[in-house]
This record gives sequence, C-alpha cells and structure tokens, in this order.
Amino acid sequence: MTSLRRSGAIDLKLLGQGQRSWVMAGIMAIMLFLTVLSGALGLGVARSAGGLDRQLAGQLTVQLVEPDAALRDSRAKALVVGIARVPGVARVREADRARLAALLQPWLGDAGLDPDLPMPVLIDVTAAPNAAAAVAAAARRIAPGVRVDSSARWLSPVRGLLATLFWVAIGLVVVIAAATAGVALLVARAGLDTHRDTIDVLHMLGSTDLQVARLLQRRIARDTLLGGAIGTLAALALVALFQTKLALTGSEVLGGATLAPIDWTLLLLLPIGFALLATVATRMTVLRTLGLKL
Amino acid sequence: MGNIVHFENVGLRYGTGPETLSDVSFTLATGGFYFLTGASGAGKTSLLKLLYLAQRPTRGVVRLFGEDAGALPRARLPGFRRRIGVVFQDFRLLPQLSAYDNVALPLRVAGVRESEIEAPVMEMLAWVGLSARVTAKPPTLSGGEQQRIAIARAVIARPEILVADEPTGNVDPEMADRLLHLFEALNRLGTTIVVATHDLHLIRRIPQAHLMRVEKGKLVDPTGLLRHPPGAA
Repeated sequence: MTSLRRSGAIDLKLLGQGQRSWVMAGIMAIMLFLTVLSGALGLGVARSAGGLDRQLAGQLTVQLVEPDAALRDSRAKALVVGIARVPGVARVREADRARLAALLQPWLGDAGLDPDLPMPVLIDVTAAPNAAAAVAAAARRIAPGVRVDSSARWLSPVRGLLATLFWVAIGLVVVIAAATAGVALLVARAGLDTHRDTIDVLHMLGSTDLQVARLLQRRIARDTLLGGAIGTLAALALVALFQTKLALTGSEVLGGATLAPIDWTLLLLLPIGFALLATVATRMTVLRTLGLKL
Repeated sequence: MGNIVHFENVGLRYGTGPETLSDVSFTLATGGFYFLTGASGAGKTSLLKLLYLAQRPTRGVVRLFGEDAGALPRARLPGFRRRIGVVFQDFRLLPQLSAYDNVALPLRVAGVRESEIEAPVMEMLAWVGLSARVTAKPPTLSGGEQQRIAIARAVIARPEILVADEPTGNVDPEMADRLLHLFEALNRLGTTIVVATHDLHLIRRIPQAHLMRVEKGKLVDPTGLLRHPPGAA
C-alpha cells in the first residue's frame, strides 16, 4: 500500500500515462536542442567579441609616408622615442620593413624591394585605451603628415558582425522560449479536454482550480524536464565537438569563442528555466479555462 | 433544528430550452432524511444537481448552509462541495484509480494527511463489503461493486449533506438494506440525506423519512412537511 500513500503517485495515476506525454517530451527535446545551440552560439560570439575588444583596445598603427629616405628614417626614430614618452603607452615598435616589403612583393613584384620606392613606415603602438588621443597628438607634433589608425576602427565591421550574431542568437532563444510556452498552452488545453471527466469529478469532490492546475503543471513540467534534459545533453555534446574543431583552427577570433565554465552552467540551467516557463504557462491556461466554468 | 437547504421559486433551464424545473420551493431540515421520487425525466437529477452545486438556478434562490448558493463566487464553491457527498447515478468512478484510491480521493482533495487516510478508507471498504477488492480498478468491478465504491467515496469525508441518485439501483436487496443502514447511521450522526429513488421497498424501510415528488419539473409534497416555513399548512 506504500505507493498509494504517496500523493505524487496519485497525481500521475489521476491523469494516466498517455501517448501525449512522450510527444510533449519529444517536442521539448527538440526545443531545448535548438535553444542550447542558439544559446551556445550567443555565448560563444559574446566571448569572441569580448576577446577581440580586449586585444584591440589601445592598439594603434602610426603610418608615416615620406619620400625622402633620410628624413623618413630620422622621423621614424623620433616618432618611436616621442610616442614611448606619452603616459599610458606600453610598447612602441616599428614594423620590420623587410617583412613589409615581402608582404607587398606579390603585388609589386621585385619593385617592392627597390630602395628608391618610398615605402611607408608603420609603427605599432600598444597603449591604454584612453591614451590614444595623446599618442596621435604626440605623433603629429613630431611628423605633421603622420596618420594614426586605431585597430578597433578597421576591425569594426567584424565587431559589428559578431554583435549581430549575438543578438540573432538571443532572439532565437526568446522565440523558442515563446514557442515552448505556446506548446505548453496547447498541451494544457488538450489535457483539460482529455481529462474532462476526471476534472469534473475532482471539482464535484471539492477540488480547487489550483489543485487541478497543479496536476497538469506537474505533468508538463516533468515532460519538459525529461525531454529538455535529453535535448540539452545532445546539444552540449555537439557544442563540445564544435569547440574542439574551433580550437584546431588556430584562429584568435574563432578560438576566442571557447565557452567558459559559467557558460556551460547557464546552458545546463536552460531545461530548468524552460520547465518553469512551461509550468507558469500551464497554470495560467488551466486557471483561465476553468474560471469560465461553474 | 435549523434548515440546511432552502429553495425559493427556483427555476432551471438548460441553454435556451424550456424550464426543466419551475417554481420549486422547499426547505430541508438539518439532519433530515428525504426521498425524492418521480418519473424518469421529471427533473429529479436536475434538482439534485442544484443541491450538489453542479448547476446554478436560472431564477429563484437556492440557499445552502445559510448562504445564497447562486451568488457564491467560484472560489468558494470547493469549500461548499466538500460539505456535500454525492452518489452519482452513473457512479463517476475514476477508472484509472484503484477502489482504494477512488474512496480516498475526497480525503486527499481535502488535504488529509496520507497517514490518516488508510484506516478510514479500509473501514469504509469493509462497510460496503469490498475489503477484498482494494486494488481492483472500476472496469474490473461489477455494477453493484462500482455502486458501493461510489457510496463509500460519497460518505468517507462525513459530509453534512449526502445526495444520492438511485444509490441501490444495481445491488441486490440484501446489499441495498446494508447500504441503507449505512445511510441511517450517517443520518443519526447528523448528516442530512437526500435519496432519489424509484425503489418503494427502500422508501418503506425508513418510515420517518420525508417524501418529495417531482412531476414535470414541479415539486409535489405528499407528506406536507416540505413547505416553507417547515410545518406550515
């Protein structure tokens, strides 16, 4: 008689074990699979954008174009020394001219190695993000025609793409969450219809609408958790595989998309969040529908 | 002794159809025993539905436990329904639950602790002679056994009013007597009993019971004891 004493067991018996239960769990598995993938994309993109921001913040390139080779050399040296004195500057280094020439060789041919060809001097500067203006001012004092570029500026389209991807991923999570609430609503209505006789008897015995709602919401929460756990685990396995593949590319931007432990934890919490959402949607639907009856 | 039920010019209509009950007025005293008779389709079940709050009157006043049942907000209905035990004509047992769980249901609905449920349920199942069918589910029980489970479920929570629609229609005379004895015992404890029946033997078994008769949706009062106020000529 032990099992009869457990009210939880009675709840499940009252509604019976229907085929619909597995359908609901299956739908939730698919929903959570898609949600976790979208969430992982969003979190990965956010990590990647954050890494990019950290890398590019304070990265400046000073470009000096001077046809007179002697003047170019002396101004280049003066620029390196002058910029290094600016407060907040961590590192100043002139780009290797031979390496620049080698980079240009595919476009210019051997002419790129001609010492008479005025090659611009490129100076890489690493400074605190708030020191960029002082660096530009110092460089222009030394060489008025100098051009100062922020690395973040020319990588801003990439940064914009990452931001768009992040919001698309978040939007997908929200849309799937809304769809989950919709599925819970439909399942709750179908449950009210299927179990109408049982619910009528419960009402005649003095059950409150809340007691009836609890029966259905427990069932739907259980199915959402079960299906959601399966979908989440499958999606996380896929995400882990992607992470391994991304790490193998050697790309700093793609490698920056690696999820942190907190991200994995957040993704693991998604089925619980969805179960809560389905529970609330079920409760509201049942209470509203029963409220229209005597 | 006070009144537990009071109907005043009550009418009941389903949808836009004709009135199923018209100008029904009566009073039931607390602790009384009442039989409700009448031909099939006369309106007995509709009258019982008003009593156990499955319907609200379309006109008139139904007072239960001193309150206007027709004006009760929905949130208060469960509390009222827990004070009423109902034996439905079609039993309305839950086929997915065992006999034990069906009988225990009103106690669980009322929030009685599981540890306090088993003893009264087993006692009640013994009363209706079904101790050996505790785990049986309704589809495996005979009509008479289902009826006895329905009666056990209706009385398990010691209701203030017991409303029974043909409660002995499917049992043999010996079991009918036994069930009637159970109703009398409950009645002695203060429960008001309303039994809708065609069974004259049953009616004769309780000579002190009042008799109500429904004819074409109107109440006839053969005993003259149902007028409002009670006893008025």
